[in-house]
Formats: sequence, structure tokens, C-alpha cells
Amino acid sequence: MSARGGSDLEAVARRAVEAALAAGADDAEAWAEEAVTRQIRVYEGAVESLTDAGSRGIGVRVFLGARSGYAYGTDLSDAGVAELARTASENARVADEDEFAGLPDSFGTADVPGLHSDELAAWTTERKVAVAVEVERAARAHPLVSQVEDVVYSDAEGRVALANSRGFSAGYESSSAWAYVSAFAGEGSDLMTGLGVGLARDPAGLDAEAIGREGAERAAALVGARQPQSRRCPVVLDAFVAASFIGFIGGMLSADAVQRGRSLFAGKEGEEIASPALRLADDGTDPEGPDSAPFDGEGSPRRRIPLIEDGRLLTFLFDARTARKAGRETTGSASRGSYRTPPGVGAANLVVEPGDAELEELVRGAGEGVYVTDVAGLHSGVNPVSGTFSVGATGRLIENGELGAPVREMTIASDLVSMLRSVSAVGSRTRWVPFGGSVKAAPLLLAEMAVSGS
Amino acid sequence: MTLLDPGLSQRLLERALRRGGDFAEVYVEEREGLALSLDDGRVERPQSGRELGASIRVVQGDSTFFGHVDGLREDALERVADSVAQAVRGGSAPGGVRQAEPMQAGARHEVALRPEEVDAARKAEILHSCDERARSASGEVVQVTVGYAETRRRIQVFNSDGVSAGDDRTRVRLSVQVVARRNGTVETGHETRGGHAGFELIERDPEQVASEAARKALTLLDAVDAPTGRMPVVVGNGFGGVLLHEAVGHGLESDAVQKRASVYAGRLGDRLAEPFVTAYDDGARAGEWGSDGIDDEGTPTQRTTIIEDGRLTSYLYDLLRARKDATASTGNGRRESFRHLPIPRMTNTYFGPGDATPEDLIAGVERGLYAVSFGGGQVEPATGDFVFGVSEGYLIENGRVTAPVRGATLIGNGLEALRAIDGIASDLEIATGFCGKGGQRVPAGVGQPHVRIRALTVGGTAT
Repeated sequence: MSARGGSDLEAVARRAVEAALAAGADDAEAWAEEAVTRQIRVYEGAVESLTDAGSRGIGVRVFLGARSGYAYGTDLSDAGVAELARTASENARVADEDEFAGLPDSFGTADVPGLHSDELAAWTTERKVAVAVEVERAARAHPLVSQVEDVVYSDAEGRVALANSRGFSAGYESSSAWAYVSAFAGEGSDLMTGLGVGLARDPAGLDAEAIGREGAERAAALVGARQPQSRRCPVVLDAFVAASFIGFIGGMLSADAVQRGRSLFAGKEGEEIASPALRLADDGTDPEGPDSAPFDGEGSPRRRIPLIEDGRLLTFLFDARTARKAGRETTGSASRGSYRTPPGVGAANLVVEPGDAELEELVRGAGEGVYVTDVAGLHSGVNPVSGTFSVGATGRLIENGELGAPVREMTIASDLVSMLRSVSAVGSRTRWVPFGGSVKAAPLLLAEMAVSGS
Repeated sequence: MTLLDPGLSQRLLERALRRGGDFAEVYVEEREGLALSLDDGRVERPQSGRELGASIRVVQGDSTFFGHVDGLREDALERVADSVAQAVRGGSAPGGVRQAEPMQAGARHEVALRPEEVDAARKAEILHSCDERARSASGEVVQVTVGYAETRRRIQVFNSDGVSAGDDRTRVRLSVQVVARRNGTVETGHETRGGHAGFELIERDPEQVASEAARKALTLLDAVDAPTGRMPVVVGNGFGGVLLHEAVGHGLESDAVQKRASVYAGRLGDRLAEPFVTAYDDGARAGEWGSDGIDDEGTPTQRTTIIEDGRLTSYLYDLLRARKDATASTGNGRRESFRHLPIPRMTNTYFGPGDATPEDLIAGVERGLYAVSFGGGQVEPATGDFVFGVSEGYLIENGRVTAPVRGATLIGNGLEALRAIDGIASDLEIATGFCGKGGQRVPAGVGQPHVRIRALTVGGTAT
């Protein structure tokens, strides 16, 4: 499945594995990456910065009996990988034994088409600059936009290779292109921010005008926002905010968090944890998914894992180690941030199944409430064990079933379990939200939350 | 220690400016690190890394062209210089390169005991002793996570203005997280110790970090729901300074100011706080977490007074933004690594000490919140609107600290909070943080003495 030099990278990974075995490892694995990235920032119609870069690196994981160690580096020469293999082995000697540690028992790859677009290579720098300039133009075209601070276009073309001492050796290539804008509307202390974003496999897949307009409209909708009065009321989360919460919940569905007693979902497998309206899956094979791949961070095939159906929690996410500990099968959920980190359990692409309500219907359904378009401090504001949270929020009042005055300097508070149970409707339009993990989310109507303001 | 031959750096600068440009820079870095963590009583997955690479940038007018590469092979560096030069538009005459001055070494922050010379087994032992100390605090401690990390970054910067400078930076950090449980209540306590220093910082009673984390978690088991509404808030020293960092500091970074994306733009000289309020950004403060000898553009670090006697006195500059404002860099040009462009960033940011005691500040509050530490925070630099989760907080009733509270959030606005400071204690302390901006994460020191704010909105869980 590899092409265009990918096999070289696989050869490097295999050499690292051999070096680790030669250094005394019982088992070893190497994950190598190389990428060419380009990033373009524009400001007032001109290039503010243009970055063109190549990078490559490798991470080696070794097992000495029940101990494991890791080392990474950027020197892919024979001597370089041999040194890493030795360092990883030395590190393993410091580790305590973990009877469940080890490579998966079987390996494989899924067929995931469309991870790489050949179209990207055909785009000149000038055309990419034009995309960014168009994003900025579209944002500035909005009459209420007073400033556009940040416009970024970025793309990457990369290869990944994984090899291990059980004979697994595979690689794949992927491409991505994304753009975002941060636009301001209003003046002085009433300056409000709006974010617009889009992502695809190549720049042809980006709608520059729509990205710019989205940032502008999100900012403009908040102009004149004031602190609302405290209340308990229905809340509509827009897709961005829903994605933040779903990403957080996805983290708590990791079997590692569960086994370490760090998840409020521990012991809840098979139980009812959510409203039947909310259906959630982790899909590591969705061709559009930013984190889709043929295999996970340790060589198990990626797949689609239904997580919440009919309100029930169907499974946690497992890698080889947590699966062994629980007497289960891996779900192919070993994730890698990059070659700098050993694999850990994590979701690939969390996907919320769309409901059948347009946003307007969700707002109408809320009656009197709050529409939240941004939350701040989610990761510091949620108690990961109890699930209680209180986070800063910005958005608009919902009055008489319609969007009303903009509001800011408020918090929304609840706990994650009550929140999941209070989802009374899911929007019909899903979208990819690439920050804080990769989530395909839809707006959500929640029956009740505590909103505190003045 | 030389990473790159000065003769080669000179040739690369000339090559990068071949097709024009006002400024060129070569940045070289070698970074090494080791991280160990303990969870469930076991040291797991010790990991180390070594990365070497360089980047080259050319600035022409308001545009920056940038490239980076792993490794320091001469032909690869020449290719980066060529690709950056190729990107420069409309230039014709080559840009000038001034003869390099003799290499300047950044001011040393003392490293008495090089971390890499300490046996890894000794580090693992410290993790275990922290684990034991935290567990011995109470039978209600159910989980302990301990992390240790050491990094060494050796950098060199050469630019077309003749700057040639190097820095050798060693940082160590120990962090402990404790989870305590009583019946259905589960609470977390967190404590860290770190600095631009050697292993000596860790060796001195490391278990104290664990005791403190355990104390926080156990205290919270008795917590009541946080109150809601506007009230006076006394913010604790040390990590309490994250409020200054987020709600004021980011707005003083000159990139946001120049793009008018900050409420502090155009406000130099304005009175923003009471006359007893003074604040600094100090990248030269000995041994602190956010300190370096030079910044990542070769400018020596310094102490910059950002608020003096209540007036806004300075923004924070890197070379690029300083040139635009016809001023000098304040030594705040920082980058995560050779793969990133330098941008204006805080180093160690803190309120200067006043003359009150924390008890004085608390005694003056009839009903309010004592926010000792925060779990983190977020701010919108354009408006200064901020939100902070209070990780350790107490009620203040009739001038006395009473019950611990859970789930409190502080929401407000930087300018308003600055204006509302009505007392500063003398117990300045600086804590370790990581600051994210523009996709780059750098170590940043946050600090302050105890500070009282007349009124802030507390978003609680009590209704």
C-alpha cells in the first residue's frame, strides 16, 4: 500500500527493529514519519509568513520481558537508529514490570481509500496564497468585521511506516489541507472574535469564501454581547462547542482512563448513559476523517466502533495492553501524536450521527434558553472523575424560540452524565471540527443547564 | 560548544538573501530530553528523545519566508536557504550581511548537577518515594501519578545584522497528581516544581511536592459547592499569577497589539490600575522556569516593567515587531523549536510585591472567595475576557478563610480586574506553567504575591 519512497521509510523502521533486537530486546517496534508541510499566513492581502519545511523522525519502542522503554530522534542513519534502539533498551531497564505490556497478538491493515490526494502536488504556492487571501477577503467583506487578525492556510503531505519484530511492516501516505480565520467584529472592549475553519485532503476541497464568511458571521453575531442573568434553562450547543464536549467524553471512553480509575464511565459498559437521541461512534476509516488510517499506532487495523447506541454505552476503546488487561480484543485504538510519543489509547475520529432537526428547529425547541457558540476553559473546568463542570461561554439568548441578544461572561455548568441524558435533539448538519481531537459533530439541544451570569 | 561553523552560517545568510530581503537569520538547535512517569505505583514507559535541526528565515518588508530541516548537513541547509530565497518576491539586489560579531553566550542560569549525569534509576527512585509519600498522607488517597522531565536545548542564532549568539538551557520539572476518594466524592490535587536549573532542584526534598498535592486533594473532599455571583476574590501567590499572564500579558504581546487585536493597543501610559500595582516580564530572573540567557533570536533576556505605579509602560517585543514600532526587542522572541517562527511571548510574568500580608487582604473581606490555585484558564486577547477554573478555593466569611469549595470558575475581563485590584501582599512566588500560542508551546513562569480583587464574577455550581 505504500508508494513513492514509503518503502524507504519502512526499511528504516525495519532496521530500527533489527537494531533493537540486536541490543537485547525481546520485542521491538518502530514508527517512522516524514512530511513536507507548507503554511501560509496572510495579512491585509499580502503574505505575512510562508513556511516550507521537511521533517522526518522515528520512535522506537522496545520490550524487555514485561518492561518497556521508548526513544525517538531525527537521525535516521543506520548509526542513528542503532543509538535510539540502545537508548530505548536502557530506558526499559528503568521501568517497572507490567504483565500486560507488549505488542498486539495479531496485526493487519484496513483498506481506507482517499487518504492522499494527488491534486495537492499540482498546486503552486501562488494558488495556495490566493486561497488564504480569499479567506481574508471574504471575512473582511462583512460590514461588521473590524479586523481580521489571523488567516492561515496549511497543507501537509506525509508518509508513515510501522514495523515490528513480529513481522509486521506497512506504511501509508496521506495529505491534508486546512485553512482558518480569526475575525473580529465590534470595537474596543466590545471586540468579539469569530473562527472560521475548513479542512480537506487538498486545497481544491476548501471553500475559501465559506471559511471567511463563517469567521465573520460568528464574530458579527456576538457584537454588543452583555452578561446575562443567571438562570436554569435549555441550551443549544453549536457544532463547534458540541465537538469540544464530545472530544472530552471520547477521552473518558479510553479503557486506559477507565482502568486507572480516571473515567466516570468506569463500570458503565452496557448501561444506559445517554439519551437515545445521541448516537456516537469512533470511525478510524472514514475517508474524510483527519485521523483515519489503515492501521493504528501499533499495527492493528483501524475500524468503525459504535460507542453509544440506544442510549447505551457499548464499549470502551482498547489498545493491545488495555485489551489484554481486560481480557478483551483491541479495538485498534492505539493512537500516536507523533513519533515523539509511544502509543496510547485514544479515539481516531469521533462521529456524532446526525439527527433530523435543522438548527432553527433546535432553537425553537429550546423556547427560552441560551445558544452557546464558544466555551473556554473546558479542560480545566471539568472534573474528569466526577464529570462536574463549569465553563466560560459566549453565545446568544434564545427568546421565544428565536435567537436573541448576544451574551458573554457567563458560565454553563452541569455534569457530563446529566448532560448526555439531557440531549433532547441532534441537529441534521454534521461537520468536521479539527481542534481538540478530530470530531464530526452536530448542534445539540440540551433540556437544561445552569447558566450563571450576573 | 559549536553546533554550526560560523563561516557556514555566514554563507547561508548570504545565500538566503541572494534575491533580496531586509533580514536573514539562521537558527540551529539540538534538543535532548528524558521523561519518566509513575502511575498505579509503577514506573511506565520511560522515554527519551534527541532532535537536531535548523531553520532559516528571510524578512522582506512585512513578509517572512521560513524553512526548516532536520539535521545539519551542509547540502540540506543550502537547500533550505535556496528555497527560502526562492520565495522572496520582487527583490533584486541581494540583501547585505554584516560581519558576525564574536559569539555571545547567554547569561548562565546555574546548573549544579547535570540531570543527564544522574543515574536514571535514581530518578525512578524519586518517583517511587513521591508515590509513597502521597499515599501515606491518608487512606483516602486512591491514586498517584508522578512525572519527571528533563530537557536540554542548545541553540545558536546568527543573523544578517551581525548577531551571533548561543545559549545552553537545562530545565527540570517534577509534578505530582493525587486523587482522593471518600464515598462518592472524588477530588484531585496537583503540584509541580520546576526551573531553569539542574537536578539539585529536584533532589531537595522532592517528597514535599507529593505532600502538597495530597493535601490539596484531601482538602477538597470536604468542599462545599462554590458560590455564584459577584464578590471580592483574594488570589493566591505563585500559580495565581496565571490570571495576570492570561488576562493582561497576552494582550501586551506586540503581535496582537500591532494587529489591534488587543484591548491594550494604544494605551501605553494610561492608568490601568491603582498606583501600588507594578508588574514585570522577566526572562533573566535567575533559575526561573521561564528564564533563558538569550531569547530565540539572540537578544539577551531582560526584566521589562509592563505596569509601573498602575500605568501601562511597555509591550513585549521580538525583533520583527520592534522594528515595526522603531523600538528595541525586549528579549521576548521565543519559539518552541527550530521548526517554529519566533513570536512575542512572555517569559516569567508577575506582579511586584506590595506590603500587605495575605491575612490583611483576607481580613478585609466580609464574604468572598479565596482562589489559591487554578486548573488553567483561557482568555480572548482581543477583549481580555477570561475564564479560570479554580482548582483550590475557599470561602471567605467575615474576614476568615472557612470551607473549601469545588467547581468555582472566575469569569471577568482583564482591564476590569486590573482596575479592581485593591491590595497586594509581599509574598511573591513564581510557578511553572506551559503557554500555548499559535500552535507553539513554551515554558512560562507565572507568579505574584497574594492579590485582592474588589469584585469578580464567580461561576459556581451552587444554585
